[in-house]
Amino acid sequence: MNLTLRVWRQAGPTAPGRFETYEANGVSEDSSFLEMLDGVNEELVAAGEEPIEFMHDCREGICGTCGMMINGQAHGPQALTTACQLHMRTFSDGDEIVVEPWRAAGFPIVKDLVVDRAAFDRIIEAGGYVSVETGSAQDANLIPVPKESADLAMDAAACIGCGACVAACPNGAAQLFTSAKLMHLNSLPQGQPERSERTVAMVEVMEEHFGSCTNYGECEAACPKGISIDFIAAMNRDHRRALVRNRRSA
Amino acid sequence: MATTTAPDRAARSGFLLELYRSALGKKYLMAVSGLVWLGYVLAHMIGNLKLYQSPEAFNGYAEFLRRLLYPILPESGTLNLLRLVMITALVVHVVSAYQLTQMNRRARPQRYEGPRDYVVADFAARTMRWTGVIVLLFMAYHLSDFLLGWVNPAPAGATLYEKVVASFSSVPIAAFYLVANVALGFHLFHGVWSLFQSMGWNNRRFNHLRRSLAIGFTAVVVGGNLSFPIAVQLGIIA
Amino acid sequence: MTVLDAKIPDGPIESKWDDHRFAMRLVSPANKRKFSVIVVGTGLAGASAAATMGELGYQVKAFTFHDSARRAHSIAAQGGINAAKNYHGDGDSIYRLFYDTVKGGDFRSREANVYRLAQVSNNIIDQCVAQGVPFAREYGGLLDNRSFGGAQVSRTFYARGQTGQQLLLGAYQALAAQVKKRTVELHTKTELLDIVVVDGRAVGIVTRNLHTGEIRSHAADAVVLATGGYSNVYFLSTNAMACNTSAIWRAHRKGAMFANPSFTQIHPTAIPTSDEFQSKLTLMSESLRNDGRIWVPKDLDEQRAVADIPEEDRDYFLERRYPAFGNLAPRDISSRAAKERVDAGYGVGPMKNGVYLDFSEAIGRLGRDVIAEKYGNLFEMYERITGENPYDVPMRIYPAPHYTMGGLWVDYELQTTIPGLFAIGEANFSDHGANRLGASALMQGLADGYFVLPATIGNYLAPMLGKPKVDTTAPEFAEAERAVQEQNDRFLRNNGTKSVDHYHRELGRIVWDHCGMERTREGLEKALSEIPTLRAEFEANVRVPGSADTLNSSLEKAGRVADFFELAELMCRDALVREESCGAHFRAEYQTEDGEALRNDADYAHVSAWEWSGDSANPTEHREQLEYESVQFATRSYK
Repeated sequence: MNLTLRVWRQAGPTAPGRFETYEANGVSEDSSFLEMLDGVNEELVAAGEEPIEFMHDCREGICGTCGMMINGQAHGPQALTTACQLHMRTFSDGDEIVVEPWRAAGFPIVKDLVVDRAAFDRIIEAGGYVSVETGSAQDANLIPVPKESADLAMDAAACIGCGACVAACPNGAAQLFTSAKLMHLNSLPQGQPERSERTVAMVEVMEEHFGSCTNYGECEAACPKGISIDFIAAMNRDHRRALVRNRRSA
Repeated sequence: MATTTAPDRAARSGFLLELYRSALGKKYLMAVSGLVWLGYVLAHMIGNLKLYQSPEAFNGYAEFLRRLLYPILPESGTLNLLRLVMITALVVHVVSAYQLTQMNRRARPQRYEGPRDYVVADFAARTMRWTGVIVLLFMAYHLSDFLLGWVNPAPAGATLYEKVVASFSSVPIAAFYLVANVALGFHLFHGVWSLFQSMGWNNRRFNHLRRSLAIGFTAVVVGGNLSFPIAVQLGIIA
Repeated sequence: MTVLDAKIPDGPIESKWDDHRFAMRLVSPANKRKFSVIVVGTGLAGASAAATMGELGYQVKAFTFHDSARRAHSIAAQGGINAAKNYHGDGDSIYRLFYDTVKGGDFRSREANVYRLAQVSNNIIDQCVAQGVPFAREYGGLLDNRSFGGAQVSRTFYARGQTGQQLLLGAYQALAAQVKKRTVELHTKTELLDIVVVDGRAVGIVTRNLHTGEIRSHAADAVVLATGGYSNVYFLSTNAMACNTSAIWRAHRKGAMFANPSFTQIHPTAIPTSDEFQSKLTLMSESLRNDGRIWVPKDLDEQRAVADIPEEDRDYFLERRYPAFGNLAPRDISSRAAKERVDAGYGVGPMKNGVYLDFSEAIGRLGRDVIAEKYGNLFEMYERITGENPYDVPMRIYPAPHYTMGGLWVDYELQTTIPGLFAIGEANFSDHGANRLGASALMQGLADGYFVLPATIGNYLAPMLGKPKVDTTAPEFAEAERAVQEQNDRFLRNNGTKSVDHYHRELGRIVWDHCGMERTREGLEKALSEIPTLRAEFEANVRVPGSADTLNSSLEKAGRVADFFELAELMCRDALVREESCGAHFRAEYQTEDGEALRNDADYAHVSAWEWSGDSANPTEHREQLEYESVQFATRSYK
């Protein structure tokens, strides 16, 4: 199939950006979206031009590296699918496709479609862990975890940290990402001792970098792993309780 | 442990201030203040149904409100207390909304250059700011119309019932009421649903009912409110 | 010839590790902060090592070329992690896990290392559960297990189909906690470009910031490489796009010996290629083989739709050839059996390049819901890629390069032949011999990172207390920086006509054809003549646009592919001199009458460790003889 691409090109973090138009011809419908971009890049390099820089790595939808706005949607039109798993059979011959980087203050643009998502690491560093020194753990089966809690924790832990939630949110908010990590740990017995401190600390760092939630639900729709906004509600509850609890314990 | 600063700070200031400092807390306060106003708009609509009963019933209802809990509290005391609560809730709601909007603008300084294709964000959600402003302007007009009487077309000394009929007999005013209440409807719809999220009332067994509840509540309140100008225009209330 | 000293402790195998831990010198808690350690790579091995050493008190500098430590390719492991917990009382034990691993590796691994791996496997599960890794649970709240290729017990712990992701997040979170405490300084988007050796010791590295292009030197008392494997030498593999050999290869060029480079694992269950534009192969977890049955039609000209092919016309070739293990035969055996069928013309799919992995029997027996619970996300992934629904139509699978057992030679303490340079996880060679069992890579990465290296590194550092330190003003750092810059400039000035990917793809084709699932003397010699020719063309004609002072993925790839060229030659040479078939290394000349691998323990029960001589055509081979005290050589049989 033949496609017309309008791709955001930006030489550096502070350089002005603009859309450039490229023709992608003879694209196989079994190709992934990124393989289609590979093809465009190969031609650009052959012509001596700089290829389009985009984020990618595992190309199997799990590392969370890839991500771009494809026709106004984070990771493109297919639900529960990362850009690398989006296949060209989703498009039709002759389509025009607009490709743009994630845009958020918390995700500054590095070059072309590449953004810097270090703010997500700052949120995890604030408390997205269970403090347990290596070798100090008791036997694993001494902590029984009800299957229901384990499953709920796993639902939340499935987040790949790609940033689609922030990109899709009209407010540039990172509530889905933050709540997923919080509820992964807060749902498990292992996560209880640090539950309050973790919640307050992670929310505080989240708010330094990102916007606030107005319950649009766009994040959930964009999330390639189907993380539910129920976790955001649970985070809101935990945050309030944590403030009360921290005050009492102080 | 790295996060020990949080409890210290919470201890220094009050719980509410600590809550308000965070965006999550502001949303929570917006939800609480919104909840207060939800109660108000429902009661207001139900009270106004007395328009259909008789002019005396309606005017008497106004008088009843004025003398609520009298003589425990002075005349209009309860009403003024309620007014204070409502005004506080309104201020909290509007100021939080303004500050959160500013925060969200900062969070996306550069908008998307290509067209956005929203998946689930509905009209109501995306227009909260605008419906909020319309409702606020409407409230100002509404109070000037009926409470203060500044812009009411009825002659001085008219009863509240007469003021209502006089106002709603005017086609432009009735039309304005209709538009404003439709805006209120959108605001309520997203607000009611949103409330559960912001309050953290989250239970997988009941979550699917939230949207139905939002639609039901909005339909009742807005349906009732819309009926008044229409009834006046149709001559059912005269 | 240098004698390789593996430093295997004396004594019975059960107590070697304990005895050695006691025998090793320690760095006291107060002195640990006087030592700095560089850890390159933040996958399971690197993140767990950096976090643990940070906890212990060392000053750790961790490096990753990803934008976040969480994105290392360990994340893509789907199936699970082995441990000898015997929670299910089905006869598992540390000894059995040890034995299975040695046997699975076709008696080409170092016995003492493997035993230690089996020992600490249980600590790993305890550690991960305490961190909050959401392993699958049974209704009673206890941990669930499943069985995996090459094992007859259920010892594999799993977290849906995302075990690697969850384990890596556990390690990444532990690392984040240390970053917060400032015991670990984390450098993201920073790629290692050279190792610096002063007076025979590794004292630091030279890196390039991938966003700004800044070249920088970092000095430390020890350097740990946890940079994974080199399957991307084949271009098409299940590895992530950025996985490369450069860190370990540049260490090799600085004197670290490279062991068994030709031991590369071809995983049996990847999705077959669909067209020539393909950039990578996608793995379908091996766990699918628990419930899926592998078959091809018996008739060469089968025209019927899959569902219409009756039972008697299907050839369940693994069940037929290996009745005891059936569809759970080890990876090398399953892969070769599939290749044999496809080569014989029985392949399925539009390009006749796959075999069926069929769930209809399991769906009938267990119900669709149970299958969805176990493999739902894998099925969805398959459907997204192929457009076919595996609940209705059998999956099509074909072997793909997946894991490299070879790597830097390390002794029992995981130290390479350069003092102060350690290699952990897939980057070293030690534990898997000629073939790795399923669910053992995660185990080895975490064993090395959480439990082994943090203990053994002290033995290297302790005697250095109070000795003068080398810093980045040493001339060796300036020299390394200059060499790195020069290589970048050379690429950028080249002004050729073809992209880096073009040459990578061509190289991959040569290596896959001649040093893939089946090797022959003739093919390997052909590859050894073709690779240098292609490399010369690459050097003369590659085009790298852009500049060095900004994000430039072409430039990054050019350096990596240059290293792959040299590695590919070494792989072929290693495969050529190993005149036997063992594990994943199958030399067609050495097979039994019924096509099974013919191992030669008399002549090849050794590790080939290659020393860089300055010329990729003439490396020097050293041998570490493998002595088995606890197990007897046995012919692997999965029949």
